[in-house]
Amino acid sequence: MYNFEFVKPGSVAEAVAALKDEEAQPLSGGQTLIPTMKQRLNMPGTLVSLTGIPELVGVSADGGTLTIGGATTHAQVAAEATAYPALAALAGNIGDPAVRNRGTIGGSLANNDPAACYPSAALASGATIVTNVREIAADDYFQGMFTTALDEGEIITGVKFPTPEKANYQKFEQPASRFALTGVFVAKYADGVRVAVTGASEEGVFRWTEAEAALSSNFSADAVDGLTASADGLIGDLHGTPEYRANLIKVLTKRAVAAAA
Amino acid sequence: MPKDGIGASTKRREDIRFLTGNGNYTDDINMHGQTYAHFLRSDIAHGKINNIDTSAASEMPGVLRIFTAADFEEKGGIPCGWQVTDRFGEVMQEPKHPILAEGKVRHVGDPIAVVVAESLEQARDAAEAIELDIEELEPVLNMKEAIKDGATKVHDDLTSNLCYDWGFVEENREAVDEAIKNAHHVTTLELVNNRLVANPMEPRVAVGDYNRSNDEFTLYTTSQNPHVIRLLMGAFVLNIPEHKLRVVAPDVGGGFGTKIFHYAEEAFVTWASKVLNRPVKWTSTRSEAFISDAHGRDHVTKIELALDENHMFTAVRTDTYANMGAYLSTFAPSIPTWLHGTLMAGNYTTPLVYVNVKAVFTNTTPVDAYRGAGRPEATFQLERVVDKAARELGVDPAELRRKNFIKPEQFPYDTPVAVTYDTGNYHATLDKALEMTDYAGFEARAAESKARGKLRGYGLAHFIEACGIAPSNLVGQLGARAGLYESATVRVNATGSISVMTGSHSHGQGHETTFAQVVAEMIGIPADQIDIVHGDTSKVPMGMGTYGSRSIAVGGSAMVRATEKIINKAKKIAAHLLEASEGDIELKDGQFTVAGTDKSLAWGEVTLAAYVPHNYPLESLEPGLEETAFYDPSNFTYPSGAYICEVEVDPDTGKVDILSFTTADDFGNIINPMVVEGQVHGGVAQGIGQAMLENVTYDENGQLLTGSFMDYAMPRASDLPMYSTDHSCQTPCTHNPLGVKGCGEAGAIGSPPAVVNAVIDALQRGGYNVDHIDMPVSPSRVWSAMQKG
Ligand SMILES: Cc1cc2nc3c(=O)[nH]c(=O)nc-3n(C[C@H](O)[C@H](O)[C@H](O)COP(=O)(O)OP(=O)(O)OC[C@H]3O[C@@H](n4cnc5c(N)ncnc54)[C@H](O)[C@@H]3O)c2cc1C
Repeated sequence: MYNFEFVKPGSVAEAVAALKDEEAQPLSGGQTLIPTMKQRLNMPGTLVSLTGIPELVGVSADGGTLTIGGATTHAQVAAEATAYPALAALAGNIGDPAVRNRGTIGGSLANNDPAACYPSAALASGATIVTNVREIAADDYFQGMFTTALDEGEIITGVKFPTPEKANYQKFEQPASRFALTGVFVAKYADGVRVAVTGASEEGVFRWTEAEAALSSNFSADAVDGLTASADGLIGDLHGTPEYRANLIKVLTKRAVAAAA
Repeated sequence: MPKDGIGASTKRREDIRFLTGNGNYTDDINMHGQTYAHFLRSDIAHGKINNIDTSAASEMPGVLRIFTAADFEEKGGIPCGWQVTDRFGEVMQEPKHPILAEGKVRHVGDPIAVVVAESLEQARDAAEAIELDIEELEPVLNMKEAIKDGATKVHDDLTSNLCYDWGFVEENREAVDEAIKNAHHVTTLELVNNRLVANPMEPRVAVGDYNRSNDEFTLYTTSQNPHVIRLLMGAFVLNIPEHKLRVVAPDVGGGFGTKIFHYAEEAFVTWASKVLNRPVKWTSTRSEAFISDAHGRDHVTKIELALDENHMFTAVRTDTYANMGAYLSTFAPSIPTWLHGTLMAGNYTTPLVYVNVKAVFTNTTPVDAYRGAGRPEATFQLERVVDKAARELGVDPAELRRKNFIKPEQFPYDTPVAVTYDTGNYHATLDKALEMTDYAGFEARAAESKARGKLRGYGLAHFIEACGIAPSNLVGQLGARAGLYESATVRVNATGSISVMTGSHSHGQGHETTFAQVVAEMIGIPADQIDIVHGDTSKVPMGMGTYGSRSIAVGGSAMVRATEKIINKAKKIAAHLLEASEGDIELKDGQFTVAGTDKSLAWGEVTLAAYVPHNYPLESLEPGLEETAFYDPSNFTYPSGAYICEVEVDPDTGKVDILSFTTADDFGNIINPMVVEGQVHGGVAQGIGQAMLENVTYDENGQLLTGSFMDYAMPRASDLPMYSTDHSCQTPCTHNPLGVKGCGEAGAIGSPPAVVNAVIDALQRGGYNVDHIDMPVSPSRVWSAMQKG
């Protein structure tokens, strides 16, 4: 690890000011950032900690919307997102207890790891990513592996999830990292069904629109039977071929629907 | 008998310090004035070093000195401890293994330079400022390609990348060919024994400390065998005589073989501590461990099993390519040969065996012993091919094995592969395991799984291993450059407490508990009166350390011999004090008695007399009570057992769930059943890790794709079932005093074929035409095989 400065602001405004420094970077749970710093792959001049900012922490349900502060830990979401059980279950199955007690939703969404769990929930829910300057629809937010709509110095302050009628997340673990080798999040709303797939694509999280159409007219596992997820553009690595991931997309979608229905 | 003697499941006394954070590991050792070494390692697999410019780096803050190969011109390379002779009578090709890369880098991780600085961060900063001019060369990765004419060479001064072409038993070559040609049935299987990284919880650490006042070096290191390090490093690398070199291996957090070997970092810190006149410390990171700890396994094999019309095995022929990596690690040449070929008879009466092994240099991390070392590779091939034969012939796999087993009355049994099994009862362990797993009820369980859409499979493997390594004269003939005896000193103190200095080394095995149980049993005093001291060449007589399931069989035997000497002498003292003849003295429960009388003396009274010899036969007996024994075994020991795995395969995803894992082992006599069970649990966990999860993978450039736990899959508790273990079938070893066989490696040897056999069974029962899947049988591999089958 290289030397760095550390600041722990008490408000979003202070954090934003501290991030004006070109070499500054936000630090949330540190579960992704700290390991890369230890390996000297990342060398921020200043870390601006977000976890001491009260307005960034918390889970609240209001009408049909669940709002989660950007620096809320996975453990807290698992315990408190009762209005959205599938999301709470997803959070409760990220990493191990240590990771869940430190890692945060804002960190996960900002990082947009192609195998991370939260991006699939945000995309399948049509969530809104709230930052210190604007609100970004999930459909516009995810822009490929480790790439998002966030600008330099922009902080995720919260995420707004419309709560679905039914939803389920199926995670098939990569054997080593236990991230999603492929994960499928299915959410059913009054106006239709959304299906988001993580872990599988070279382009990061994406929506499986054919399945959405089929499920919107018939929300049952059988509705997916006739479909095939294409292996084009899917990840092939030592843990699975593109064809294998394509198979998982379908299998997990069916399982998610069955579990949600 | 003391309550914590032989046979008691005494809790491990060392666990108290380990579990309360009071262990003393090498990284816990910090010396006054200590400096920090950081190794700059190659990030390419193969390259020619044109220039290393350290000038800017040397000026960086805190840097004491930067070392390159030029600083080691006077020093030897890292020696290899075993010389294999090939099938033409020629000795193997043995390249120099320099401390720091000379002229070329030969694998990702090959050390190029070392920065020693006041702090670790300063050393790392400076290493980044070293300017390297390295010209990339074509990497040598595929073993079969590597030994073709004209292939790029890993070592330019060798004639090729072939280390040796070994044949065993060479005289049987033609007879085996003939038997296979004339066989009623031949089953052929091509397979890969996947490359592994041991990943002990504690990474390697070395601290060198030179003492100018007495010209003595001390090396603290994470070793399974400090005397072996002292010998190899002192005599071959640094030219330091043994009396000026102390090697200490304090608490060591797991070894699994990878901490047997002498490594460049050890030699470096030892030598640099004199050059700099400051202690030098190096602590491996996990990332470094992946590229610098010797790896295990990595065999590519074709095996053929010939059977006659009665399904009796008539011959086995194997053709193996064994990856040595870029350099020969300490015992690397012996693993695919003498620790592998000699096991190819397995539990069977196969009369003819021929094993061919081509050991090949590649641009990868060196490969050496890993838990089981050679024997898992042998067992995997044999137990897979026997299973495949049973399927091809439509016979029950258990029956085919039973039919070909060496029968209990045939022991001692001379195998066609040089070794003689002293005892065994394979029928007993097989029957036990079948009974424990309710073999008869399997069909019903399979039907129940099927009803849930799952494929259930039952996999059996029956293994034999050669442990208690090893008779020195024999291994000397086979090319070992060391003896493989063990030593013990038993020091009885005046008040009767005892310190046992053993050459065995405990790095998780529990010697401090189990060895004390043996002495407690022999003398009849409580085990807490006995301390086991190990891991320090200045305290312990020359010993060979712990690997090859040898501690209790060889080290324990030395300790028994030394304790017998103690008891003999103590009886003489007691006879004098009790005014009786020596022959009438009995020692029981810590009391000396005279047969036929009520006269007695306590253990402590006699030991006190040895050190306060007022009333003592000084004219015929020396005072004091301390004895040393060296024990050289007359044969290997041969633990064996039946392992059964039951799995369920999810046909949609190819995911395999292990439902149960059952072991019925014959370890001979057992000192501490709980510790034995723990060893089996750990071994099976690693075997399941190999079978289901672990796999070192290089890309086509020789870059390690599995360089961290993000991609190298270690087994976790949730991957493992509850085990059912049994060790009630005991045929005691006939040639060591405790009748013990050793249990450290069995779990890792017997489990991989049981797992894979179970997966294949599940798929075939499910109607898939799949007869082999290479390990690890990961979900994607199983699913892909199902698509083809
Ligand atoms: C062992 C292990 C297992 C894991 N398993 C899983 C898993 O199964 N599934 C899964 O989804 N994830 C997994 N993770 C990742 C984990 O969820 C991380 O917590 C998460 O990816 C990053 O969150 P963080 O709060 O730790 O972010 P940090 O590491 O602090 O930051 C990550 C990146 O986001 C930036 N950032 C952080 N917060 C904000 C913000 N509010 N606004 C803008 N930028 C921000 C940082 O500057 C940095 O670039 C695992 C991690 C580990 C170590």
